[in-house]
Amino acid sequence: MDILLIHVFNALLYASVLFLIAGGLSLIYGVMRIVNLAHGNLYAFGAYVSAWIIGSVTSAMVVGEGGRGPRTWLLLGLLPAGAVAAAVVGALLEPTLLRPFYKRAEEYQLLVTFGLLMIIDDVIRFLWGPYPLSASVLFENFGSLTVGETLYPTYNFLVIGVGALAAVFLWAFIYRTRFGVVLRATSQDMRMSSALGVNVNRVYVQAFTLGCFMAGLGGAIIVPSQSAVLGMGVDALILSFIVVVIGGLGSLEGALLGALIVGIVREAGITWFPEVELAVLYLMAAAVLLVRPAGLFGRA
Amino acid sequence: MTVLLETRAVVKQFGEFRAVDRVDFRVQEGEVLALIGSNGAGKTTLVNLISGLLTADEGQILLRGQDVTQQPVKERIRAGIARSFQLVNLFDQLSALDNVALAIFSRQGKTRRLLTLADADRPVWAEATEVLALFRLEAKAKVLAGGLSQGERKLLDVAIAYALKPKLLFLDEPTSGVSTREKAPIMDTISRVVRSERISAAIIEHDMDVVFSYSDRIVAMHQGTILADGTPDEIRRNERVTTTLIGTPEPAR
Amino acid sequence: MSTVTTVVIPTRSPMRRLWYAAPILVVLLLVPWVADQYQTILLAYGLVMAIAALGFNLLLGYTGLLSFGHSAYFGVGAYAVAMMVKYLGVSSMELHLLGAVVASVLITAVFGIACVRYTRIFFGILTMALSQVLWSLAFKFFWVTGGTDGLRVPTPTLLGVVTGKGDKIAFLSHAYYYYVLALFLVCVAIMWVIVNSPFGRALQAIRDNETRAQFVGIPIWRYRWVAFMLSGVFTGIAGALWVPLNGLTTPDILHWTFSGKIVFMAVLGGFRTFVGPIVGAVVYNYLESYAVGYTVYWQLFLGVILVVLVLSLPTGIVGTIERVMARRRTTP
Repeated sequence: MDILLIHVFNALLYASVLFLIAGGLSLIYGVMRIVNLAHGNLYAFGAYVSAWIIGSVTSAMVVGEGGRGPRTWLLLGLLPAGAVAAAVVGALLEPTLLRPFYKRAEEYQLLVTFGLLMIIDDVIRFLWGPYPLSASVLFENFGSLTVGETLYPTYNFLVIGVGALAAVFLWAFIYRTRFGVVLRATSQDMRMSSALGVNVNRVYVQAFTLGCFMAGLGGAIIVPSQSAVLGMGVDALILSFIVVVIGGLGSLEGALLGALIVGIVREAGITWFPEVELAVLYLMAAAVLLVRPAGLFGRA
Repeated sequence: MTVLLETRAVVKQFGEFRAVDRVDFRVQEGEVLALIGSNGAGKTTLVNLISGLLTADEGQILLRGQDVTQQPVKERIRAGIARSFQLVNLFDQLSALDNVALAIFSRQGKTRRLLTLADADRPVWAEATEVLALFRLEAKAKVLAGGLSQGERKLLDVAIAYALKPKLLFLDEPTSGVSTREKAPIMDTISRVVRSERISAAIIEHDMDVVFSYSDRIVAMHQGTILADGTPDEIRRNERVTTTLIGTPEPAR
Repeated sequence: MSTVTTVVIPTRSPMRRLWYAAPILVVLLLVPWVADQYQTILLAYGLVMAIAALGFNLLLGYTGLLSFGHSAYFGVGAYAVAMMVKYLGVSSMELHLLGAVVASVLITAVFGIACVRYTRIFFGILTMALSQVLWSLAFKFFWVTGGTDGLRVPTPTLLGVVTGKGDKIAFLSHAYYYYVLALFLVCVAIMWVIVNSPFGRALQAIRDNETRAQFVGIPIWRYRWVAFMLSGVFTGIAGALWVPLNGLTTPDILHWTFSGKIVFMAVLGGFRTFVGPIVGAVVYNYLESYAVGYTVYWQLFLGVILVVLVLSLPTGIVGTIERVMARRRTTP
């Protein structure tokens, strides 16, 4: 029974991170009809920035205070730095490199974001080198909880919590605030919104920044649990594509549901069919695309 | 005259909205018919149903007595139905000549061939040139379709449909977006070609001058049903039609 | 009914293009004699990728479908060869090519049925996902595919007589180079006929206006499927030709980022032209080789090039040259 609970928690953990990444991707697509191939690398960027800050502060304070080490709350407060960094990058990228392509064929967007993917990949490598960056001190500080007969890392619950909170916040943001109304209006009919006086350019950059923030947050919260490694962005991209395919591009509910499904399937796969785990996920995505191309909640 | 195309109680519904509501529509051999009605009356939907872009929810569509209701577009084209589009649909990156030649290649079933050169098939290019000449577009043969004027694009759209050698040609607003000065020459050309080849045509039009000048029969639609069906004179005198669609009755010409 | 009109035979045929094709051909033939072995082998890589890009562009430039999954067919071709060597002991290059063709036809037929019902973004994502399926299978079934270590492939036998026993580098830079060149020319010729055939025109019609193509009687899904298969087979042949040069096949070539490189090549050269992808592949090959040798941040370098390219030179190298030449011709 406890083993089952552990699996459930693992699935939820995975789903939380995936929701953040895929939700950001879906949000950007929903508002701007852009598929950002570099989105996964913003997740990676967020992970690296957070890991770097945590690591630097830890070693600085360990040295400074003669071995005591920084308080957990301080580290926790610094953790979202990755999300903020990713958001800043997004805010810089959208007006400069993406805006010129809104009027052009979709293929060009994919191409320019593919170029961005390559650039960000090497920027990360340049800034932090080829070795993994860890923030495990934060993870360890949280200790573990007893679940039945086994111990489960407490930090993972924090991640699940953040994921759930993010879902609630986003829902409230999009459906209960004025900005959310503007966002939804612009996503449904850009020209109409513009005619009604909405500054579409501003909405776009805000939506893009929010999407990148989410991806960065995904990276930031997971990095204490697993280190930041090169290539994590590209892997995450494919997985978030699977999530949005299942849930529907442009739908946050879809991203949530898709993330849950992928989290569960992956956990089941790792446990019982480790050889084909990845392949199963990709096949599932392909199957959904065949049967219901708009996904469970999406609009094409 | 024999009936070429007939729809029987055909219905098309979008959610709650019945765009086409049990319509019995008929086109006779050799006639030029105008299909009129306000926006949303169901004219284009009816044409979409007949040409195969949409599938009817209920009812039947018969071409020369043969039931084509369930047939895909390809089959209906082979049976002899062709159409042009309200928003001009051309192959913009191919030349006008290429556009027409493509229709001919397709009609002759040659598009399957991938190991012969298209340019080598002289009869096709000869025919394409003749078609362009018929529509007075031969001077623009090598111009990319995307670079033609609106009037020329409209004519090319019809020319492509014509090149399929149809028995029944549907023209969806062939003069929309064209300046008034250009409308008559375009309609003259279309009318001349259609009548000389004895092709039956159904033209969706909003311009009443065009409608009354070029059609043998007028079918008026309103809110998914046929309001009236008759000769131009009959329609002009039909009060329901004039009040719903045209406004005050035109004085007899 | 017919009036007397002069028949217009379009003279877009490359009879006038041959003037620059001939000297290039001469250069290609002479390379092994004038350049060193490394350069020749590098060019062989370029020609191989050119075949892949040529195949890819049948889908993008002519049918309007951007695939991010062509690595799958390249990899299938390569792995088909590797497995034929490992499990069947076959060393004949001709049989390798046959195997690669058969494998690619099978895979593209299946993948194609799924993919061609969609266009644009969904098509791209679906092709990406499918190539990742193969990638993950190559990884996971490591006892068959060699996993991350891959499968080593010795030099094949060409035409039943020429082997690489002895000096492998000499073999690759001479006999094998000419073999690749010959196949490159054959592929170019076949692809050229295909895109200039009635079928090729139909594909372009589908690209330009799907609805109209349908209403001209063209079966769009079926033709897309055929284009998909042709495209994949060319890329599969490229994969098979690539393996002896590399000596080894690994799952990397199945990863979707490898597809991205193929896309890059076509865009770099100009995907709206016939020769663009060829030029793009060769140029990209040199770019990547030198960048990799020059800096560890070669991805950054190439990424910047791609972004600049798409921003300011979307028609690619060949497209831009054509535009400049056209402007020269019209200005007095």
